This record gives sequence, C-alpha cells and structure tokens, in this order.
Amino acid sequence: MIWVDTIVQGILLGGLYALFAAGLSLVFGIMRLVNLAHGDLIVLAAFLILTVVNLLGLNPFVAALIAAPVMFAVGWLLQSYVLNRVLGDDILPPLLVTFGLSVVIQNGLLESFSADSQKLSAGPIEAASLPLGPITVGVMPLLTLISAVVVIFALNQLFYRTKLGQAFRATSDDAVTAGLMGIRPRNVFAIATGIAMVVATIAALYLGIRANFDPSIGPARLIYAFEAVIIGGLGSLWGTLAGGILIGVAQALGAAVNPEWQILAGHIAFVIVLLIRPRGLFPRAND
Amino acid sequence: MTDAVLSIRNLTAFYGDFQALFGVDLTLQRGQALAIIGANGAGKSTLMRAITGILSSPAEAIQLNGRPIGALSAPEVLEAGISMVPEGRRLFPSLTVEENILIGAHSRTGNGYWTLEAIYDLFPILKECRHNPGTALSGGQQQMVAIGRALMSNPDVLLCDEISLGLAPVIIRDIYASFPRIRESGASVIVVEQDIGQALKVADHVCCMMEGRITLSGAPGELSRDAIHDAYFGVSA
Repeated sequence: MIWVDTIVQGILLGGLYALFAAGLSLVFGIMRLVNLAHGDLIVLAAFLILTVVNLLGLNPFVAALIAAPVMFAVGWLLQSYVLNRVLGDDILPPLLVTFGLSVVIQNGLLESFSADSQKLSAGPIEAASLPLGPITVGVMPLLTLISAVVVIFALNQLFYRTKLGQAFRATSDDAVTAGLMGIRPRNVFAIATGIAMVVATIAALYLGIRANFDPSIGPARLIYAFEAVIIGGLGSLWGTLAGGILIGVAQALGAAVNPEWQILAGHIAFVIVLLIRPRGLFPRAND
Repeated sequence: MTDAVLSIRNLTAFYGDFQALFGVDLTLQRGQALAIIGANGAGKSTLMRAITGILSSPAEAIQLNGRPIGALSAPEVLEAGISMVPEGRRLFPSLTVEENILIGAHSRTGNGYWTLEAIYDLFPILKECRHNPGTALSGGQQQMVAIGRALMSNPDVLLCDEISLGLAPVIIRDIYASFPRIRESGASVIVVEQDIGQALKVADHVCCMMEGRITLSGAPGELSRDAIHDAYFGVSA
C-alpha cells in the first residue's frame, strides 16, 4: 500500500510542477519563446502575494486575486516593451534577454526582501487531509492538482473555443499571414505573456504555501517546468500536465527508495522520455 | 469621370539595399478586375506585399478611396479595406476549415455581404469538410478556403496572388468561376497571374510587369500578342 500512497503523492506533486510549466508551455506554444526568467517570475509573483498579505492582512488566496491582474500587467508590459523587440528568426536574443531578466529579478528581490526564506500562511487548511480509501491525501496538494487541471482545461478552452484562441493559434502558425487577417501579432504575444503570468501567480500561490521560498529558487523551478513541457511535447498543454505528473511520480518514487534520490529520479525520468520519444509524449502534429 | 478605388503613384520598394519596385503607377477602378502579369521575379508579389503593408512604402504612394495607406501596417490595411489571398494559400494548419474562414473576419466590426453561409454558398464543398484541418484538403479546396477567408473581411479590394499556381486546369476554371459573384459583392479585384491566357480571360484591364516596372497596360482586347510578348519577356517576338 505504501507504493500506492507514494504514487498518489507524486501525482499530487506533479500538479504543482504542471502549474510551474503551464505558463512556459503557453508562451512557447504561441511565440516559440523560451523564457529563462519564468521561474524567477513565479518567485516574483510569490513575493507580490506575500506583500499583499503583509500589507492588507489578507488570506493568500484572496491576495492572489489581487496579485494576478498585477502580474498580467507585468507580463503584458514585459512582452510589449522588451521581448517583442528581440523576437525574430534568431532564438539567441530572446534567450539572452530573458537570462538577463532572470538575474535582474533575483537581485531586485534580494535587495527588496533580503535572502531570508519566506512562506505564505494559509491557516489550518495547510494541515488538513482527506481519507481516500486506504490512503490519506493532504487538502492543499489535492487543491494544487485540481487547480492545475482547471488551469490546463481553461487554457485549452481559451485556445480552441474563443476568438482569441484562434488568433493565438493562427499567430503561432504564421505571424505574417495572421497580420493579413487583421491580427496584430505583438498584441497577441503581449496578451499571451500576460495570461502566462496569471498562471505563474497561481503557481506562486501554491509554491509559497507548500514550501519556503527565497529570491534564489527561481532557476530550479524553471528546470522542473522545462522538463514537464519537454516531456509533454512542446506546445501541448495536456502534455504539460502529464509531464508534470510524470516528474512528480518519479521524484516521489525516488524519494521512497532513498530521500537523496528524489530530485535525481525526476531528471532521470526526463532523460528516459527524451531517449524514447525525443519530441515528447504528446507533440503537436504541425510542429 | 473615373472612380479610382486604389491608386498607386511612383511606388518604390526595397528588400534591404535591393530595390524591387521602380516608380510603379497603377489605378484600379471601382468594380474593375485588373490582372498583373509577368515572369518570375518581375515584382508582382512585391507589389502585393507593398499594397498589403507587409513591405513599408511612402504613405502617399498608395491611396485607397483617396486615403493614403502606404505607411499602414498589414492589419491596418485590412481594416482600411484591402485583403489578400496570398501566394501558396498560407492556411493555418492549427485551424479547421471553418476556423480558417472565420479568422478572415477577425477585425470586422459590422455586417457585410460575405458571411460564413455566403462563403459556403460560393464553395459548397467547404461546408462538407468544415471540421477538417484546413491543410488536409486538396490544393483547389485550400485555395477556396483562402479566397473565402480573404472575403470574410468584406474588402473593397481583393488581391489574389498566383491563385492558379500548382492547380489542375479544371480546378482553376472552378475557382475563377466564383469571380463574377465576388465582383457582384462590390469588391474590385487585382489578380496576379503568370498564366497570361487566364489573366486575359478574367480581367477588364491588364498590366504587365518586368524588373520592378509596369511595362504594358491596357484592356485585353487592345493588347496585341506581340506587345504582351515584348512586355513580358523584354525582347521582341
């Protein structure tokens, strides 16, 4: 039974990794931009929620509702005034710019909040659990996974059921021809990055409640997010959820064998998937 | 009295340092079908790219209904009233046939002649495969989608860039059979063609381009075979 419990805990952890990765997947899927600052932007959102909590004395869930539109604006401005200027056929400029942005965010947070670890306190719900047959699951991890599924579902609905989603897909396919249809690719990219930052805020909420965070942890979140996106297949949102869960389960199984193997097991799972299916588990047909 | 919907005066265009158009003058009358013919590299597609805002031009060089549009971006040119069926069709692989058609109306605000049902009426075959990916269709059907997509913005001017390229003659005939109705809708049409015979059949007026310049202009009935040959190839027949 301990293995069932381990796998269930891994699936729940995978929900958090999927949340880390969903924004990255969205941005990559639409504009083929690899945002190396994504992990740091999640940490930035966590500090923003923390600031709202400290200033207004709100519950982190309520504070996240305030932080989300602010992060949307951050994403929109970032894309409009920085990233759109470097997007093009050459992938190197956006990589360098987002790498620089990562450094700037880390140092800015360090100056503003110091290197001390912080945590978001959600109250008794953090310790609450639910009996699920023979095993028990924490309410917060369950809520994290449910949120990940809801976020992925909502993004899919946005992609395939709305006019904006049509514009996302058309721009992703061929930005020049999309322009001939009256679509402004730079606006579409800015909206996409704004939405990615809202998803990053949701990820930050669960990250901050689950564990301590400090200005330096962004790059490690970026690696988990990357692995989830690549395992799932670049640009596939449901694939990203599957990728996150696979890493979570691998880490949980690794930790069950030996706690020191937790992180390594996730990376090994990533490498194995790459060896067997280099384009990921669910690659988009037209990529 | 003339009623020019699109007026181009002394248009130049560059790819970096390379000049591709040299002082092109062209007038499209309202309701007219104008064919631009020319060999590969004559500058026909460059002219289309300049008109649609993909290539930037001097603001006053291109006027639509008297309004300078040369400096507008591609989305702004579409909103002004010009849409294009691009060479190679350029359908969006991620979108179904119906989505590909609907996205042509992305920036449309009001009603107009062309609706989804009107497009299906023009090309009934598309309704049967409306849920298929756009790029899963035959070349001719893809061209119908591309034309439908361009019409969805209810343009004043429809540009068709090499729509017969790579298609069987019977398919080309079917596609050009839709043109009378397109013109009835009020759209003026510019057709870029390498197929001289096809261009002479559909157009009220023909311009021939060579090396970035208009080398011949006139009504199809007024142009002799030799004159077209000279203007097209740059050598006497």
